[in-house]
Amino acid sequence: MLSTNLKHLETDEETQKVLMENENVMIYCGRMGPMCIPVYGIMEELEQQYPHVAFRDMDFDIQAAFFIINLPECSGFMGLPFTVYFKNGKVAAATTSIQGKNQVTQILDKEFGKTA
Amino acid sequence: MCMSDREYDVIIIGGGPAGYSAGIYTTRAMLKTLLIESNTVLSQLMLTDDIENYPGSPEKIKGFELIDNFKKQAGYFGLEIHEGFVEKIKQIDTEKRKWCIITQNKSEYIAESLIAATGAKARKLEVIGEDDLRGKGVSYCAVCDGAFFKNQNVVVVGGGDTAIQEAIFLTRYASKVTVIHRRNRLRAEKLLQQQAFKNNKIDFIWDSTVEKIEGENKVENIRLKNVKTKSNTDFKCNGIFIFVGFTPNTDYIKKIVNTDDSGWIITDNKMNTNRPGIFAAGDLRADTYRQIATAVGDGVTAALSCEKYISKIRGTEYI
Repeated sequence: MLSTNLKHLETDEETQKVLMENENVMIYCGRMGPMCIPVYGIMEELEQQYPHVAFRDMDFDIQAAFFIINLPECSGFMGLPFTVYFKNGKVAAATTSIQGKNQVTQILDKEFGKTA
Repeated sequence: MCMSDREYDVIIIGGGPAGYSAGIYTTRAMLKTLLIESNTVLSQLMLTDDIENYPGSPEKIKGFELIDNFKKQAGYFGLEIHEGFVEKIKQIDTEKRKWCIITQNKSEYIAESLIAATGAKARKLEVIGEDDLRGKGVSYCAVCDGAFFKNQNVVVVGGGDTAIQEAIFLTRYASKVTVIHRRNRLRAEKLLQQQAFKNNKIDFIWDSTVEKIEGENKVENIRLKNVKTKSNTDFKCNGIFIFVGFTPNTDYIKKIVNTDDSGWIITDNKMNTNRPGIFAAGDLRADTYRQIATAVGDGVTAALSCEKYISKIRGTEYI
């Protein structure tokens, strides 16, 4: 279980529901390690600045994470965390390993726009 | 001007062993203390799996567990902790020597004294391929990413404690770990060296640096240079773990206190910087050993010096 202030995705049903009900979704799949923790903090900040994006985290070691791990866009990823950006249910971008705030906001702005 | 009514006797910047040790002591000295830690810049301790050399811990302890213990202990004495990335420090009262601390999200705090304990961050190799292939074979964290390299061939770059510790850790997963070091002997603790030399899965390439990291969509090969013969060779591998030292986290303070050419803060043996009321502790100090135990010692020393400083300016010094 991830110890963050973000909403967690714990089942396939929850994942599909958030993708169906939201145009813009960022799913951050990781653990509570040094490469992952910094970005949870960034996402908690960005939730306020990007109200039109649904930010969710997911524990890398649960069954539901296979959905993310098995995405073609994540093939070849060998660094935690896996971060996937969905637009209307389809993958718009995916990154591996730690990302800085600027790197995250660059993708958010490009794929989802700065405001709704 | 500092737009804040949040005033403290001492503000500690950094949530690692130095910072929390200082916090334990300043709160016990009844100084109103705030510790500001960033959740985007983590203590080096979080990168460490098993710690065997911290005095008083006969059983191995994980890095994150040890930090958690520091935090709990500091909490017992009422240490106030805020999350934030300190961006700037400015003096707001020359006579009373008060400082304004400003974080990235524009929170402001006022302090009569400061303890800088923000440590250091991992240095990159700065070679072609390193950024493009990060997360696709390039890693800075064996604990995080080691499992992706099960039965594969990986390289560890570095010769210090961290490099050798992580090389040993990686043998849990990799079929072969090759340590690449620019010298002909390791700098790591002797016991770690012994463990590495005895490990059948670990090989060494000496007197070599990594010039380039290559691969189509993942790491496939690294180009090595022998620093003595200047010859280049290719080395096929599936992953490269980089542990080549650290750079100080001192951008927010380096214009205020004296640092050496590399940005490490210069202090005396009581952790005083050149600015009265500003102390520095732990890995960010110049010319120091970088171990958990020395960081703890620095933190405690800085706290005691800080207490003495506050007493002196208030005229309550115990003489």
